[in-house]
Amino acid sequence: MQIETIERKTVTSAKGSKLPGQIGYGVLYLVLAVVAVIQVFPLLWLLLFSLKNNEEIFNLAPFALPERLRWENYEKVWTQGHISAYFFNSVWMTVVSVAVTILLASFVTFALTRMKWKLQSFILGLFMVGLMIPVHSTLIPLFSLFTKTHLTNHPLSIILTYITFNLPITIMIMLGFYYTLPREVEEAAVMDGCSVNRIFFSITLPMTASVLSTAVIINMIYNWNEFIFVNTFISSDKFKTLTVGIQNFIGQYTTDWGAIGATLMISILPILLAFVLLSNRIVEGIAAGSVKG
Amino acid sequence: MNKVMSNKSVIALYVIPSLLLILALIYMPILLTGYYGLMKWDGVGKMSFIGLHNYTELIRDELFWNSAKHSFLLAIFSTLSLVVYLIVALVLSAQIRGANTFRKIYLIPMLLSSVAIAQLWLKIFHPTNGVLNHILASLGIEHTPEWLSNPSIVLYAIFIPILWQYAGFYILIYYAALKNVPSSLIESARIDGASPWRIALSIRIPLIAEVMKVTVVLAVVGSLKYFDLIYVMTGGGPNGSSEVMASYMYRKAFKEYDFGYASAIGFFLLLICLVMTWLIRRATVTKDSIQYS
Repeated sequence: MQIETIERKTVTSAKGSKLPGQIGYGVLYLVLAVVAVIQVFPLLWLLLFSLKNNEEIFNLAPFALPERLRWENYEKVWTQGHISAYFFNSVWMTVVSVAVTILLASFVTFALTRMKWKLQSFILGLFMVGLMIPVHSTLIPLFSLFTKTHLTNHPLSIILTYITFNLPITIMIMLGFYYTLPREVEEAAVMDGCSVNRIFFSITLPMTASVLSTAVIINMIYNWNEFIFVNTFISSDKFKTLTVGIQNFIGQYTTDWGAIGATLMISILPILLAFVLLSNRIVEGIAAGSVKG
Repeated sequence: MNKVMSNKSVIALYVIPSLLLILALIYMPILLTGYYGLMKWDGVGKMSFIGLHNYTELIRDELFWNSAKHSFLLAIFSTLSLVVYLIVALVLSAQIRGANTFRKIYLIPMLLSSVAIAQLWLKIFHPTNGVLNHILASLGIEHTPEWLSNPSIVLYAIFIPILWQYAGFYILIYYAALKNVPSSLIESARIDGASPWRIALSIRIPLIAEVMKVTVVLAVVGSLKYFDLIYVMTGGGPNGSSEVMASYMYRKAFKEYDFGYASAIGFFLLLICLVMTWLIRRATVTKDSIQYS
């Protein structure tokens, strides 16, 4: 932030208010605005057609408003199309997986950065290499493992894979924060005869609240959007999540555009809501988790 | 301090649950994929050992090489598109007011599930009622393309939503890296009379070389394992013209029940991802890594 303000000052003093400079800036803004329009318009179009019926979608201009907003599309898919069931499956599986992932990743990150033991760097390496493994290369053995243990068509297959495959990225997001966290409080606690468990739960964990929220939101987004595991391991409607459920639903209602639009809107609304409320955390998490490969 | 913080039973308690998960659900499956690749197996019945047959078959399989070609084309497109993202990030970091808002807006598509994106773009690409052909028609273009059913353009069409989906992600990474370039360097170049282009090419871009390397790895490896969007939009069709390695593997396993052969593809996919990561990192080793923090 500081750098930004300093830079801005130097630029204004260097460039003053010369006209060519202003035109140049106008062009730059135009470029950025065009990109923003491209990024947003498909979603705006989706919102509009989710509130129209087929006749209006096919005959009106793409961005025209319908005669009246047809919220009944939403009501119809929510009550008739299993969408509410898929939605709640997505919610509870996401919540459970995220909670366990965050706790386990915090344990590991604490042990890796705060405690002293042999094999530390080897274990860290194991988790980090996990980031590079394509999920498709694990899919068939996982399917076979879950079939043997009767976990296909069981929510546990989904929750276990979500936890496991999100551990590396979550640990990666947490590591940077733990490294910068001061150790004085913990050292003092050790002097006072505190146990490791107490130090972790009542000192370290509360201090990491901000990175925890970043990790939670990133995990949430990943789990909410996950497709291939559910599509492979779950075949009964009872345990399908939204990503796979909307596939089914749209397969049955291919010609009802309004209903499809409403279904898609329902599936992305929680993410859009999280984005509006927590965009800074999301940006932080994506930046922290990106430098892998 | 050392005594408390190297308490072996606590370390075991903190690390072993996560370690078991990644060993059982990530590392064991990738070894098993290679092993299953040596078998003839329909996924449920008995396996029979056939040596390297699946792998030699793979080398001769034209359909596989066709899908590999598509995956590599996507990887090349993605790498080229990084240039566009870099330019947008350079514009964003040119002391633009509202840069933070712009980069957040750009990020929205990246947060949505590939399934929802695929379903939305199926509608956008719809030959008669889709918004894209609507716009093209209103611009006076008479023969609007059948984006997804024309085998010669389907792969390019599919790349459009991919471009749209990941734009915000790469712009975010580049923008964050560019913000880290010390303003003192840029300022002194400016005083020496360097043009903004010159500053971008000779100072800013070289200083974020490390980050660019990471993004190339992400783009290439990410494209090689691309699956969800293509699976939902075209299922690899029409007639294999948008098949990629992961969708080909999925078809072999879960549609044709040739699990042994599909495992061989999965193992090959893993090797290719690891080799490409290694190759790109090697090919782009910076002679002396530049420090800029």
